[in-house]
Amino acid sequence: MPRPELQAPPEIFYNDSEARKYTTSSRIIEIQARISERALELLNLPNDGVPKLLLDIGCGSGLSGETLSENGHHWIGYDISQSMLDIAVEREVEGDVLLGDMGQGLGLRPGVIDGAISISAVQWLCYADKSSHEPRMRLKAFFGSLYRCLSRGARAVLQLYAENMNQSEMIMTYAMRAGFSGGVVVDWPHSSKARKEYLVLTCGPASLQTALPKGKGEDGEMCSDEDDSDDDENQTVGVYERNRPRKKLKVNKKGKSKGKQWVLKKKEQMRRKGNDVPPDSKYTARKRKAYF
Amino acid sequence: MRLLTHNMLSCNIKGVTNGFPLKLEADKWVTKEVDLNADFLRGVFPKIEWSALVAAARVLGFAELPEQADASMLSSNDFLRRFHHALLELHVEEGALVCPETGRKFPINKGIPNMLLHEDEV
Repeated sequence: MPRPELQAPPEIFYNDSEARKYTTSSRIIEIQARISERALELLNLPNDGVPKLLLDIGCGSGLSGETLSENGHHWIGYDISQSMLDIAVEREVEGDVLLGDMGQGLGLRPGVIDGAISISAVQWLCYADKSSHEPRMRLKAFFGSLYRCLSRGARAVLQLYAENMNQSEMIMTYAMRAGFSGGVVVDWPHSSKARKEYLVLTCGPASLQTALPKGKGEDGEMCSDEDDSDDDENQTVGVYERNRPRKKLKVNKKGKSKGKQWVLKKKEQMRRKGNDVPPDSKYTARKRKAYF
Repeated sequence: MRLLTHNMLSCNIKGVTNGFPLKLEADKWVTKEVDLNADFLRGVFPKIEWSALVAAARVLGFAELPEQADASMLSSNDFLRRFHHALLELHVEEGALVCPETGRKFPINKGIPNMLLHEDEV
């Protein structure tokens, strides 16, 4: 299915029927609830039982806001689709919803918000839907206003589906330029379906407190419904950093690499496709020396 | 829209330096009861622009807030109850928010303020 971002601008794509469909699909409700739970967890709010004032950017029909309400927080939701907001009001969500365009900036007073979440929304900013839209300016306006309205040390957790590396890089760049520190947490990196990227941003300079939490399922652990039983110790960090660790050679069950036969077969396949493949020699698929 | 949200919003039009407080015009509003949470009120109090809250509550016919408030008043249950009522229980259903500098109106329909800007305002 083509990405919704490529079909129509959000305020058109999420029309009455699409909004209704979205909110009545039990699958979407479940996924949204699960992502919002995780986003709230990544927000790392102080565990003192005091309700906070949070922001939900791209709140839609309030599925994600419901999770915030269930945890006792007050929230303000932004969305650009009137149809989605109408349904939110119909469902009597507890937060306040506003019709607004995050690419125009949020229009909130400085330093008043304790945290922000956004579920599957920020990638929309990367698409120019009108002649006046300039994705870079819109990202700048969004992150600038988000940074201003958050109180110091507050976090923003933005779950997004970037279409490609360029997009996620562009989004990250503008977040950093606005003054945020943080990075990307990847849950279930090995699964194409369950894989989720969360931009975890902290207001203010990097410090020990802003260290990124770990992604789920990094060790090839299977994605299951019983996420909660996961052992925290077994998770590793899924962070894009400047020097990423090298890809490990895939190793089969016997602890060996795939071997010469496999490499030759692959090379033959590539040749048949017409690709430029180096000739086979005695060095093909040989191991490198162990350097020290 | 609750007055909590109204108190946080400011006008976002390009070039506007003093977009707060947005003047509230209300045609229809309702009261919905919410449980009082004193910790939340104490936490949010320093962030509230008191004069804006008093003015907005007046528009909605609630005039029981004192003109001035400081943190010491938060120990009074009576004050907390009024503060809570103004902040969280009054919902504006129909009306408008008016930018104090440009006079631009942001309409409120069915409780949803329309904060979308025109292209020449971005």
